[in-house]
Amino acid sequence: MPGLIQSVQRAAAILRLLATRSRPLGVAELANALGLPKTTVHGILRTLQHVGFVEQDPHSGRYRLGAALLHLGGSYLDGNELRTRALNWADALAARSGESVRIGTLHEGRVLVVHHVFRPDDSLQALDVGTLLPAHCTALGKVLLAYEPDPAGQLPTPLDAPAPAAITSPAALKRELAAVRRRGWALDAEESAPGILAVAAPIRDRRGITVGAIGVSGTVERLRAGGTLRADLVPHVRDAADSISRDLGFPDG
Amino acid sequence: MTQYIAAIDQGTTSSRCMIFDPSGSIISIAQQEHRQIYPKPGWVEHDATEIWTNVQQVVHDALRQKDITADQIAAIGITNQRETTLLWDRTTGEPLHNAIVWQDTRTDQLCRELGAGIGQERFRERCGLPLATYFAGPKIAWLLREHPELRARAERGDVLFGTMESWIIYKLTGGTHVTDVTNASRTMLMNINTLRWDDDILAAMDIPRAMLPEIKGSAQTYGTATGELAGVPVASALGDQQAALFGQTCFAEGEAKCTYGTGSFLLLNTGTTPVQSANGLLTTVGYQIGDQAPVYALEGAIAITGSLVQWFRDNLGLITTAPEIETLARTVDDNGGCYIVPAFSGLFAPHWRSDARGVITGLTSYITKGHLARAVLEATAWQTREVVDAMNNDSGVDLTTLKVDGGMTADNLLMQFLSDVLDVPVVRPMVAETTCLGAAYAAGLAVGYWPDIESLRANWHKAAEWHPQMEAATRDREYHNWRKAVERTLNWVEHDSR
Repeated sequence: MPGLIQSVQRAAAILRLLATRSRPLGVAELANALGLPKTTVHGILRTLQHVGFVEQDPHSGRYRLGAALLHLGGSYLDGNELRTRALNWADALAARSGESVRIGTLHEGRVLVVHHVFRPDDSLQALDVGTLLPAHCTALGKVLLAYEPDPAGQLPTPLDAPAPAAITSPAALKRELAAVRRRGWALDAEESAPGILAVAAPIRDRRGITVGAIGVSGTVERLRAGGTLRADLVPHVRDAADSISRDLGFPDG
Repeated sequence: MTQYIAAIDQGTTSSRCMIFDPSGSIISIAQQEHRQIYPKPGWVEHDATEIWTNVQQVVHDALRQKDITADQIAAIGITNQRETTLLWDRTTGEPLHNAIVWQDTRTDQLCRELGAGIGQERFRERCGLPLATYFAGPKIAWLLREHPELRARAERGDVLFGTMESWIIYKLTGGTHVTDVTNASRTMLMNINTLRWDDDILAAMDIPRAMLPEIKGSAQTYGTATGELAGVPVASALGDQQAALFGQTCFAEGEAKCTYGTGSFLLLNTGTTPVQSANGLLTTVGYQIGDQAPVYALEGAIAITGSLVQWFRDNLGLITTAPEIETLARTVDDNGGCYIVPAFSGLFAPHWRSDARGVITGLTSYITKGHLARAVLEATAWQTREVVDAMNNDSGVDLTTLKVDGGMTADNLLMQFLSDVLDVPVVRPMVAETTCLGAAYAAGLAVGYWPDIESLRANWHKAAEWHPQMEAATRDREYHNWRKAVERTLNWVEHDSR
């Protein structure tokens, strides 16, 4: 096709690559992946940085997508906005399940808790909004990873085991994430802490992109009395996730 | 087949319908914004026809979301923006003008005239309220003055007055003209002790009694709905803030809540006797269940809180959505010495100064948009502090915990700062939408869906809690600075030069 501008095509390729990873990439990594000279990639990155489409991490010198670009496509969902939009449904989930509710987003390979609703028993509980949880062994994290283009690339190696049941083999995690995608929800069976179970489901926006995960967690005694998962738990979690997704414009059904 | 309760919240910026289950959990929500009409500086209007269309739409949408049919709705309750004033034609059922919204200050001059040398406090003993542009009575008086052709028809009862709950009930039931005690207590026209229209105030404001709705309790069946909800009892009406008090289950004397929306409103249950305020608070009816004794409340009304965030978004364009204010505010560690006092239409409680206008103080070349975002959020907390101080003085008892609700409670930075400046724990209940919940609770009580208020209390659970972390010296310094900023808003509007 005549009239195509090569440097714009290359810039688009760089942006696409950065968009598929949530960790920042260095000039060399980008150059290798695209088969381009480092000087060419560097020049394009500087231009993209100038217009706010990419940002350079001041510490590592690596690049990631810039705020201007994220806003441009409408793909960026502020964590504070997600909480606001999800507030009613998170409350309803806590009330129906009788357990605490958390909403998380992926942040540099970990789960950032953007919202937390107490377990409705009026016991002493502390808000943990803003804390970071491991992704590979939590229900929220598994949901978020399951819908990421390159989940393995974001996780620390080796995978640690905060509890004996945690998945530490990359191959096993890959199978687990495939199962999460198939089912549409994830389970943390005493993998992040002994004695604690959690169930989570994806929150999607109008384009179907997973922008967060919502889940409940509680003790094994309450959630798996008699050895089987409480039957109403998954429907409640998925119902809440679907209601938030609908509010974000995800088509019904 | 599961039975539900529906609630309509006809609010300042939007109308919503929510459907609740027996545990008080939300089943579905639908919402429609309506236009804010600003014909002149200080004037704010709504198109009541648009509002009624939206109300029908949100009811339809809320039912459809979960495939619920009218026969599954045990009752419907109404809650509403208070004081917003409408006159309509009894014959056609059509509005005679745009509704005059509570924020509208066009009656400023009229209110000073009505003070008749005695001033703002002229009717306080009778109605519990100071003379202010906020309330419905002066708005009716203004309309009858501006449209003298309506007066004769109003005297015959062919022109009807109502606040928004009256309008919605009228349309919903096909012609029942009623209000409830909580909404009537915001007109300045109801005697706060007898709960009847006060003939002396009506005479002073020159308002014909024939145009006023009948005053009913807050939880009783007013009539049966027509249209999509045909056959469903319309069984509660509460002003939005009173509904929130009800939804927070503040049923005992001494319990208080603050709702953070467009404005913010702190209400304290004072039991079955009205308490007159010496500190700029309002005496209002909290609720009345059926024909039981009414429960009164002291109210601290703050005009501008959430709407300051909207202004920051829409008029300054520094954020694209309201929740982003928290993201922007977190880019800095403090306000950088900057304070914003949003006296956009004067100051409400505890100052009641219509001559005040907003200020941004402490500007230096150091201040960034992040500092401004902080100052926007902090303004809400400091205004609450002023009201809490007044309430502690009036009631003689210090608040020990603040129950909060409303959209702004999603802002963690604000809730933490609020706890810091009040120096008490701040608690959010499981259902932040207490306004709708309160209307649903009242309607459910009226038809026996819930047996008693104890069963409602059992539904209340803590969803989040923030504890004070600020050092006393910091709190004192910041409060001192805030008060200096408030002083700078006063005496801005000079009445004779307008």
